Amino acid sequence: MRVPLSWLREYADLPPVTPRDVAEKLIGVGLEVERVQSVGHEVKNVVVGEVLEIEELAGVKKPMRYCRVEVGEHEARDIVCGATNFDVGARVPVALPGGILPGGFEIGVRKAYGRMSEGMICSARELGLGEDHTGILVLDGDPPIGADAVELLQLRDDVLDIDVLPDRGYCLSVRGLAREAATAYGVGFRDPASADLPAAEEGSYPASIADPTACDRFVLRAVSGFDPTRGTPLWMQRRLTLAGMRPVSLAVDITNYLMIELGQPIHAFDGSKLHGEIVVRRARPGERLETLDHVVRELDPDDILITDSSGPISMAGTMGGLSTEIDDASTDMVVEAAHFSAAGTARMSRRHRLSSEASYRFERGVDRELPLYASAKAVRLLAELGGATVLPGRTHAEVDTPRTTITIAADHPGRVAGTTYGRETVVRRLRDVGCEVDGGDTLTVTAPTWRPDLRDPNDLAEEVIRLEGYQKLPSVPPQAPAGGGLTPGQRLRRRVGQALAAAGYVEVLTPPFLSGQDWDRLHLPPDDARRRCLEVANPLSEDEPLLRTTLLPGMLRALLRNVGRGFPDVSLYEMGLVYLPLEGAPAPPRLPVDRGPTQEEIASVDAALPDQPHHVAVVLAGDRVPAGWWGKGREASWADAIESAREVARAAGVDLTVSADQRAPWHPGRCAALVMDGQVVGHAGELHPRVTQAYELPARTCAMELDPSRVEAATSGPAEPPRLSAYPVATLDVALMIADDVPAADVEDALRSGAGELLESIRLFDIYTGAQVGEGRRSIAYALRFRAPDRTLTAEETTAARDAAAAEAARRTGAVLRGG
Amino acid sequence: MSASKQSYDPVEVTPLHPEEVARMRDEALGAIAKAADLDELKHVRIAHAGDRSPLALANREIGALPPAARADAGKRVGAARAAIAEALRARETELEEERDRRALAEEAVDVTLPWDRAPRGARHPLTTLQERMADVFVAMGFEIAEGPEVEAEWFNFDALNFEPDHPARTMQDTLFVAGASGGEDSGVLLRTHTSPVQVRALLARPLPVYVVCPGKVFRSDEPDATHSPVFHQLEGLVVDEGITMAHLRGAIDAFIAGMFGEGLATRFRPSYFPFTEPSAEVDMQCFACRGASVEPGAPPCRACKSEGWIELGGCGVVNPWVLVSAGIDPERYSGWAFGLGVERTLMFRHGAEDMRDMFEGDIRFTLPFGMEV
Ligand SMILES: [Zn+2]
Repeated sequence: MRVPLSWLREYADLPPVTPRDVAEKLIGVGLEVERVQSVGHEVKNVVVGEVLEIEELAGVKKPMRYCRVEVGEHEARDIVCGATNFDVGARVPVALPGGILPGGFEIGVRKAYGRMSEGMICSARELGLGEDHTGILVLDGDPPIGADAVELLQLRDDVLDIDVLPDRGYCLSVRGLAREAATAYGVGFRDPASADLPAAEEGSYPASIADPTACDRFVLRAVSGFDPTRGTPLWMQRRLTLAGMRPVSLAVDITNYLMIELGQPIHAFDGSKLHGEIVVRRARPGERLETLDHVVRELDPDDILITDSSGPISMAGTMGGLSTEIDDASTDMVVEAAHFSAAGTARMSRRHRLSSEASYRFERGVDRELPLYASAKAVRLLAELGGATVLPGRTHAEVDTPRTTITIAADHPGRVAGTTYGRETVVRRLRDVGCEVDGGDTLTVTAPTWRPDLRDPNDLAEEVIRLEGYQKLPSVPPQAPAGGGLTPGQRLRRRVGQALAAAGYVEVLTPPFLSGQDWDRLHLPPDDARRRCLEVANPLSEDEPLLRTTLLPGMLRALLRNVGRGFPDVSLYEMGLVYLPLEGAPAPPRLPVDRGPTQEEIASVDAALPDQPHHVAVVLAGDRVPAGWWGKGREASWADAIESAREVARAAGVDLTVSADQRAPWHPGRCAALVMDGQVVGHAGELHPRVTQAYELPARTCAMELDPSRVEAATSGPAEPPRLSAYPVATLDVALMIADDVPAADVEDALRSGAGELLESIRLFDIYTGAQVGEGRRSIAYALRFRAPDRTLTAEETTAARDAAAAEAARRTGAVLRGG
Repeated sequence: MSASKQSYDPVEVTPLHPEEVARMRDEALGAIAKAADLDELKHVRIAHAGDRSPLALANREIGALPPAARADAGKRVGAARAAIAEALRARETELEEERDRRALAEEAVDVTLPWDRAPRGARHPLTTLQERMADVFVAMGFEIAEGPEVEAEWFNFDALNFEPDHPARTMQDTLFVAGASGGEDSGVLLRTHTSPVQVRALLARPLPVYVVCPGKVFRSDEPDATHSPVFHQLEGLVVDEGITMAHLRGAIDAFIAGMFGEGLATRFRPSYFPFTEPSAEVDMQCFACRGASVEPGAPPCRACKSEGWIELGGCGVVNPWVLVSAGIDPERYSGWAFGLGVERTLMFRHGAEDMRDMFEGDIRFTLPFGMEV
């Protein structure tokens, strides 16, 4: 909402303060003044002149005049002018040399069409007075020659641009803002909607309300003999322009002007185009209406319509119909001002994606008393400015609507604020906002008709507290009971993040929106559970409507972006939710809000939601260790991806085992299932070459993804330290030949269980393949460390344990002891 | 002289003469001083302090002296040997140090060489900032509550006193999850704020409730410098007996002191949220310039854009209707709630200028933040 300060001052007796000061005061009572725009303050040296002589310049393509203009100086000025809409004797605004027009445009003496031009005769638009640029502005009423046109035309103003919050519909008007400003300064306020109205009148045009839920007040007044050639007066164009509306025609401008001044949307029908009685009703199946924007709209049975015997003629409070539009020949008009259902106009506007100045106001609540005043003022202006004759009578259809009363303890505002306001203060502040207040310790408050948002005791408390000043609120430190700190899961996620960052991964937060093509790029089989996903009904991008079931696609795009920006060696991690819809999930029930839901009701809502586990994932490409002066680098590999899972496991304090697996999007020979506590919690390895190709990733890009909530479940209780043996360690190596397809992890498992309790640790330190071990086989070497808790081990004991280990490996995996 | 003295070997042992002992000692000390390295010193040690050195041999002769002379000679020889041993020790230390100095000098390297073998990692500043903001409250005794990101419309709107057709609801630019028919009426959406966690916390936890709820939220906003379809909020909620706006102000003041330092003023401006009544926007005095940048001619301030104040977020007294929806008696309990934008906080606290940078995953953005903000 843009409001010129001069318009506010017309209704509020504001002191002579700066526009900034007014803005601060309004901010203090809760209006979001976005900015204060100063208009026309730069304009100077524009005076009233009288045209003395006109010479039509010959030999110029377009009409051009050389005028002698008296401007009240010792000598008249000669000025070249391209307009022809004036005669000798016309009074016109003249910008003199050295003058400045809106926008900082400087006027000087210049040569044009072979003549010296000493200034400029201005059009309305050049002065910032609206759109008119068809000719220069001829001033009415013989203003004195040489007078300051800036004063005369009120070119200087200040515009407050206010973001009106949805509960303050009444502030979408000069009336509402002037009231707030007057209250904030404690000065007088004149209500622009307080004209004396006749108690009752005859109807002006037949009308009725058929659906009382759609409209509870409908007022029509009529004029005839309007002169469609009359233009909108400058002052009105000026105010409309400053308020952000484009002047259109006198009749339309009057309705817009009153909407801004009062907050009441007004619609004018061409009376000659109406047929029969006007009825406010809901739409019937199959009805259509072509609206003013030339769109034919299929109407919904919930739409609120103004109709006549021809059918729909307007979408109530939203947009008028084309068939009854006033045009540049209309002389008879029927002016409608009504009070439509806020929810009804909101639904209609949303359904048709049609938001207008009118619907915006109705959605936010319009004063139910305004239609009577606004319609009267509209026809009066049509008469005064447009030469029309106001037809007697007024149609007034209405549905009885009781006023809201609220009962509130007089000390309630103080108890909400944490301070004390006297009863007198509370009553005074409530009356400031227009409430009627009765009672003693318990107040009975009737909210003003322009404040439909005031319904509960806390609404009234806010009015008192804000007008007394939020700044006066005391500050009391919170006294929370001792809390339990972070949950184990929250602590785990922090540790995992720290561990991965310490391991050289950079965290990313990628958007969760995916494309259907991602499933194919990942080479997911048709029945892969990850393809079963949720879809956004109104996605930001039609290409990415799906919600992720895996973190990888977004991360691969981030990886690619880094590579594209010159960082070929990238290791990224992400932790975030994935959304796994439950098969056959029902739609959630709409629970009531006037009581708490039962456990069953909560469960039935939650049953409609997807499973949303936290996932952690890494992607990496390029060199994990770069080449340098120390020697060669090392490419990121499947082993790094698996190691990242080990980082997670270590952070969680659980053991991770790994087994070969085949799962998209990983390379079938380089994919590991990550197992914790007997459960597969994720996968890691090198991506399938077709996947890297589909995403145009660097070759051998690797990835890991797991669900740490399962890790959390596997996390055992507090660790117990081992008993530390003081006896010496005995180390023996064992080299085994195994078939290529025997996983090293199996061999290690066998060695471990065969070695028995004396084994302290085991470590694979070498792998050898080649001619010596033969085709299809490899030799792997382990270092075994033995130690007893109570004695020094003998060579015999150690050897026996080593041999037992090797024997178990032989039994389970067919391993052959080498050189042993 | 007594006769008894005469009964011992009367021969005077030449090496035990004082002059001779002094000569042997001086010869030894001279050789020690001249030893140029540890090898030479080793030879000197053998020659002058070894078993066959002149003084060792002289020592053996002491027994041959008359008893009266033995003590004197013993003292003399002992002193000489001690002096040599001391000189050897000193020279050895000296030579060892010199050897080490030379050897270590040869092993010197250029310690300024880069060793950027291990890749550098970092946590995302939004993650660490969110943790830090939450931790200020955790330190006050609050717990961290969490909720789903794909949420039921009832939790996101209805229970928070958003009326079905009220503009406050449509203003949120909600992303709806498609229902069976594909439409926006599934009753399931991407949460538009962290406030539904308020309701979940009130339903799941015993009273009183003191929680903060950090998390991702979603709006159908086209990304630009100050908008992102995905962003983060930190919600705070207290419901207890006798809670007032004064407690809200106290909590905000405590948060600002914990996060930005002591002594910063706050400013509450009336505002509107369906789930709080009264509602407020809260500004804090700029932590960087403390308002000084507003003065004419003062250097500009990036943190507050020379406004002197920084918009922190929205807050208010929990609307009694929200308590009713959560099955709590609003006559007995009251509460406050606030919501802060994590991205915005990152922007003014760290001078991040474009929100899009936070979600592109460009490592250049995240690396400088390291492990903590
Ligand atoms: Zn500042």
